[in-house]
Amino acid sequence: MNREKVIFAFFIVLALTLNFGFFLGGFDEIAHHNVYELFAATIVSMICTVLKFGDRTHIGALMLATSLVADLQLIVAAMIWGYGVQMSVDGMTPELVSSIVSLSGGALLANVVSVVLLMVETIMVRR
Amino acid sequence: MHDVLYLLLRRLRKPLITVIVVYAVAVTGFVLIPGQDDAGQPWRMDFFHAIYFVSFMGSTIGFGEIPYPFTTPQRAWTLVTIYATVIAWLYGIGSMLALVQEQGFSRIFRRRSFAKEVRNFNEPFYLVCGYGVTGTAIIAGLCQRGIRSVVVDVDQERIDALQMDDLPLRVPGLCANASLPDVLDDAGLQHATCIGVLALTDDDNVNLSIAIASKLLQPERVVVSRTESDIHARNLASFGTNHIIDPFRAYAEYLSLVAKSPYMHLVYDWLVNPYHRPVSSVYKKASGRWIICGFGRFGQALYDDFARGNVEMVLLDDNPEVLEGYDNTVLGLGTEAETLLKAGVEDAVAVVAGTHNDADNMSIIMTAMEINPKLVTVVRQNLSSNRLVFENSRADFVMEPGRIIANRILAKLKTPLLPVFIEKMQHYDEVWAHTLLNRMSNIAGDKELDSWSVKITEASSPAVMAMFEQGLAVKLQSLMKNSRDRRRSLPCFPLLHRRGEVLTMLPGELIELQPEDEVLFCGLSSAKGRMEWILKNYNILFYILTGEDPSFNLLSRILKRF
Repeated sequence: MNREKVIFAFFIVLALTLNFGFFLGGFDEIAHHNVYELFAATIVSMICTVLKFGDRTHIGALMLATSLVADLQLIVAAMIWGYGVQMSVDGMTPELVSSIVSLSGGALLANVVSVVLLMVETIMVRR
Repeated sequence: MHDVLYLLLRRLRKPLITVIVVYAVAVTGFVLIPGQDDAGQPWRMDFFHAIYFVSFMGSTIGFGEIPYPFTTPQRAWTLVTIYATVIAWLYGIGSMLALVQEQGFSRIFRRRSFAKEVRNFNEPFYLVCGYGVTGTAIIAGLCQRGIRSVVVDVDQERIDALQMDDLPLRVPGLCANASLPDVLDDAGLQHATCIGVLALTDDDNVNLSIAIASKLLQPERVVVSRTESDIHARNLASFGTNHIIDPFRAYAEYLSLVAKSPYMHLVYDWLVNPYHRPVSSVYKKASGRWIICGFGRFGQALYDDFARGNVEMVLLDDNPEVLEGYDNTVLGLGTEAETLLKAGVEDAVAVVAGTHNDADNMSIIMTAMEINPKLVTVVRQNLSSNRLVFENSRADFVMEPGRIIANRILAKLKTPLLPVFIEKMQHYDEVWAHTLLNRMSNIAGDKELDSWSVKITEASSPAVMAMFEQGLAVKLQSLMKNSRDRRRSLPCFPLLHRRGEVLTMLPGELIELQPEDEVLFCGLSSAKGRMEWILKNYNILFYILTGEDPSFNLLSRILKRF
């Protein structure tokens, strides 16, 4: 067992599960989506990105790309959340909530691709 | 680019993750810890304010307790996180700065920018490995001719010297081991416009691996290598190295010309060495008995050449084993008068101090000169740092291996016709050489005699080709006229003319040129530039041929019809 691999896989899968947990629920129902979960998903996704730095293989490059996509989507979602709570005149409207959720849905897709790539890499090693 | 970026990212993994984790923990803490607003009501910081607060706290900017004054639990948490975030932040920035300053990182960076510069070359260049005495002289010579070059040397000091040297062209240099093929590759070995590879390091094995790598990767590329042993020379020749230069053998050949035919030697000297010997030096008597002190590699090479020319020799060495089997030997170094007298220095014509010790060599020369001031003296200089002493030694010939190799190689690189001429001229007699020398002396005097070749092709002499198309004949002498006043000639004359397989030595100036002809000229370098104008500018050539200076623009051509 390789400790480094465990940590790596742990974070990648955690990013997916947190993201999924946040995504789950009604599209415009703010009660179904927890801000802490979004925060955790963003942080874990960023850690994943850094963990993927410096891998020269083709698969490593793809994984880094999916992670960057997830980061981008989650950070934009968090920014919209901040806008809704702090700056918007009408407060958190259902439109804002649904765009936050759909952005996190995009990030979810990127995280799924990332996990698929992780599995592909594992299968290629065949050990 | 990739190397640098990957290295940077890989090394920054730990600090970046630390920063992210510490910030996340700090932000979570502020969101969870209860606070109070200005009205005393319970209030909790939201993520927006928490990230805002942690960001300016972590970077030690510190705007204060925002948006409301903190409660005690919040202050306690701030106390903890101030240290954590500041330390994480400094750790992140510190590792990035350390990485940028690190030797390995900057080496990769320099290597990358060097490789990029070489890759972007779009004109012919030479790849020179080794920037010692030889390399320095060759680079300077190439720059003077406007030929670009790239340097690889294992010593950073020499690369620094390259950057300090005031060269007219930019010469990129890399500090790396040239025996590694990927270094050579970065230096442009496989580049389309690389004309040749010069292996000039002082290590025969390195030269060998450079030559092998170059011949394997690019078989048709010209490879020049220096070597100091016969085994390496044979090895280099076995896989087709184009020019192999052994400084001892080269100098022995040069010296044997002095003994055999002094005028021929001077012609050679003038063509090959930038600072040639004065004509008056030929009046010193050089045929007779030569005393050779030190029978090492140099002495051996000299002996072989002299024996072929039937020169009388006395060999001196302090090691009786090396002298075994030779005639006319004296045991001893030659540094003391007794040995030299035994060798017959009083009626000898020349003494060669060829040991591997500079101090011994100087001592031999000075002792010999005291006994017989008329001697021709040849002294071998081993260390280039001893130049000052040797320059003032008043020896007739100072043999410095680095310079010999440089001059030899430059002569070959300048124009491929020059070695052909030098080889052919040795079949002529002394009278011929004397006449040639007088012609050279009339033109160059004490200045440097340059040589260059001209080929009649569309690319290198479009004006001449244009004349041919119009049915006008161009004679050789037309190329040597002054473009400002055609009655005057340029300070140069032709040495060799090549048409197909036919070579003509010292061709007449009335030869009519044909396409694909090649002519070797010698003269002052200023004439070379002028000749370039004649070859390339139609109007100037037209003036030289006809004496008229019409204008060839469209308007005057139309007007001329009326």
